[in-house]
Amino acid sequence: MQASSRAAETLFIAATLGLLVFGCHRGPADAEPPTGRVVLIGGRLAPASGVEDGEWRKVAKDDANTRFSGLATITPGNVATLRVAWTFKTGIARGHEAAPLVVGSTMYVVTPFPNRVHAFDLKAPNGTPKWTYEAHPEARAQGVACCDVVNRGAAYDDGRVFFNTLDDHTIALDAATGRELWNTKLGEVARGETMTMAPLVVKGRVLVGNSGGELGVRGWLTALDARTGEIAWRAYSTGPDADVLIGAAFKPYYAGDRGVDLGVHSWPPERWKIGGGTVWGFVSYDPELDLLYYGTANPGPWNNEQRVGDNKWTSGIFARRPADGSAVWFYQWSPHDLYDYDGVNESVLADADTPNGPRKLLFHADRNGYLYVLDRANGQVLSATQFGHVTTSRGVDLTTGRLNYVAEKQPHVGQTVHDICPGSPGAKDWQPMAFSPKTALLYIPHNNLCQDEEGMQANYIAGTPFVGEAIKMRPGPGGNRGVFSAWDPLGAREVWHIDEDLPVWSGALVTGSNLVFYGTMDGTFKAVDAKTGALLWHAELDSGVVGQPITYRGPDGKQYVAVFSGVGGWAGAVVPAKLDVTDPTAALGFVNAMRDLPQRTRAGGTLYVFTLP
Amino acid sequence: MRAPSLLLLALLSAAGCRRERRSFSEPSPLQARVERAEPLPSGEPLSHFLDNAWAVSEGARLFGWYNCAGCHSLGGGGGMGPPLRDGAWRYGGAPADVHRSIVEGRPNGMPAFGPRIPDYQTWQLVAYVLSLSGRLRLDVEPGRPEAIAIGKPPVMVSKKLPSAEPLPEAP
Repeated sequence: MQASSRAAETLFIAATLGLLVFGCHRGPADAEPPTGRVVLIGGRLAPASGVEDGEWRKVAKDDANTRFSGLATITPGNVATLRVAWTFKTGIARGHEAAPLVVGSTMYVVTPFPNRVHAFDLKAPNGTPKWTYEAHPEARAQGVACCDVVNRGAAYDDGRVFFNTLDDHTIALDAATGRELWNTKLGEVARGETMTMAPLVVKGRVLVGNSGGELGVRGWLTALDARTGEIAWRAYSTGPDADVLIGAAFKPYYAGDRGVDLGVHSWPPERWKIGGGTVWGFVSYDPELDLLYYGTANPGPWNNEQRVGDNKWTSGIFARRPADGSAVWFYQWSPHDLYDYDGVNESVLADADTPNGPRKLLFHADRNGYLYVLDRANGQVLSATQFGHVTTSRGVDLTTGRLNYVAEKQPHVGQTVHDICPGSPGAKDWQPMAFSPKTALLYIPHNNLCQDEEGMQANYIAGTPFVGEAIKMRPGPGGNRGVFSAWDPLGAREVWHIDEDLPVWSGALVTGSNLVFYGTMDGTFKAVDAKTGALLWHAELDSGVVGQPITYRGPDGKQYVAVFSGVGGWAGAVVPAKLDVTDPTAALGFVNAMRDLPQRTRAGGTLYVFTLP
Repeated sequence: MRAPSLLLLALLSAAGCRRERRSFSEPSPLQARVERAEPLPSGEPLSHFLDNAWAVSEGARLFGWYNCAGCHSLGGGGGMGPPLRDGAWRYGGAPADVHRSIVEGRPNGMPAFGPRIPDYQTWQLVAYVLSLSGRLRLDVEPGRPEAIAIGKPPVMVSKKLPSAEPLPEAP
């Protein structure tokens, strides 16, 4: 037994090494990438003029989703002395994925279920609580949250704080007092709907979407009037054009996305009604084009044989008008998605000066393993380059825009398909990347996971899972389950990378002094050099980090860095939910790759705020 | 040549007999906690389900069919819902408690399946759920399913695994 297991181990290591070598080979970029200088689009940052407000008013810092702050007091030279200024324990054991907000001298955080909102007075010492709001969501909502009972943050606009609850309410609070201003119910727990995403406020509209792609939920993005909470419009991700808000203005770049009611006809009869395409990622907005951008999640069920067709408009990206929600263009990252490759990952907006003039771009690192550069005015794919290990597809056809799937890796009922890479959480899941206009690089937290899977019949029972795949995940080539990399989007190449043993499930932050912050699931919070990736500082926190780090200038003029620790989320649920690591299919197969995590960290939510001595 | 062959055959038979002398009805350590005395409202004794291999295997099939596996996972390790193979019970682990959880639902997310599932199937599910934590007689426990869940997980290659404590083995 010992000998055979050793032999198996040797074989596995050899195979892994082989794959690693194979993985080192990168194919040529699919398209001639645009070249030139990258500058940040409008928004509040305006790095050209050097204006930095020192606040962090939106989860991604700005509408372009950069997570870049121009603050530069904490530098590569002094970051080694960074220390804890104050902490706050939330008393909640589940995954803390939210970004704190800092507006003026107040910090706002929203917790996982039961979705408390805490405001801290930053003028008082050590994060004195200012007010707390209790949302009291329905307890049964916990039972339909696919991937831990997380919340990814709040939004601030014009004296109000907006956030979503797990039981499908969007709530507006008076930012000064925490008093509830309005509370709108948007979905049904009984149908499997939850809400976990961070809202974005654009032109007086609060944009929110639903979660539940593993429960046959029909996805939507909804705009609420920021003053009243009334629904201004709702755009579904499946169904007739009228429901999807597709009208005369809709001009998708690729022919395959043109037609009447494709959200009905690209499905077997009636399947679009339980077809997924939920909206739970981050929303971006370009004020010049007046377009907002967001991704749609996986089609349901995961078992692709029960939903023949392209399954529009799932696993893709919409550009819409904020005023009435009308769709302007759409592009499908993964037509007829085979692997739960949600298309919800954030899009970073940036402008490039090219030899042919300025070009408005959109950067997106998809679950399917490709880093896309799109023309965000019309949805044309300019380049799509593998940024992780991919066995499920061979490139993107830039004429048709279609992902070229590998037929042998297509899952079937009753057949186990091996070495599906990336696995269902993708080369990168929700964990948001950062973009620095100073280095013109993207900083990408990602996964290195593969899986074996077998299709099974999925039965639709409202409010219960609608999946139909048995999955076992494992580390990808090299054995490291995570990677943190710096990526040159215009050169379509990796500049440096750090192998991380665990999936990097936290967001990234980059500053004006070329410092990059991210955390790992064993509770290490790190600062690395944005140019080289050299580790400059780290701290061991109470629990694994799956939150989004931010930085701000306090009322005392000092620069602070804040992040939640509190392991959880799909990758980390094994710890707080005490899942059984002897069942490889637990947590939709993720537990098989995370069996050691309960020994390496513990559950519990803490807000950490760091500064220089 | 014949004599040694016969001798060998006899020895093998004897060895075989010894292998077959398994104690089918030996209770598992947790089994004592399963209360069997109370009959069902229909008058049918509970043992018709809990001591019945066919009922348990039907429960295993229904566990997938009614999407129990979607939340509690194919092997009962949990996910959206809590694990069912660890011996910890939020709402009680007696057969009647598990039955009530399935029929009426529970406040933290377990839906009520009462209107959807005939009562005899609910008891088959109860039997299967109890088998996941080894609380039924060994001879009625379900066999190895053919699904992907079974088998030793691949060797984890990791640079930073703590050396002192090896990973728990899959069954």
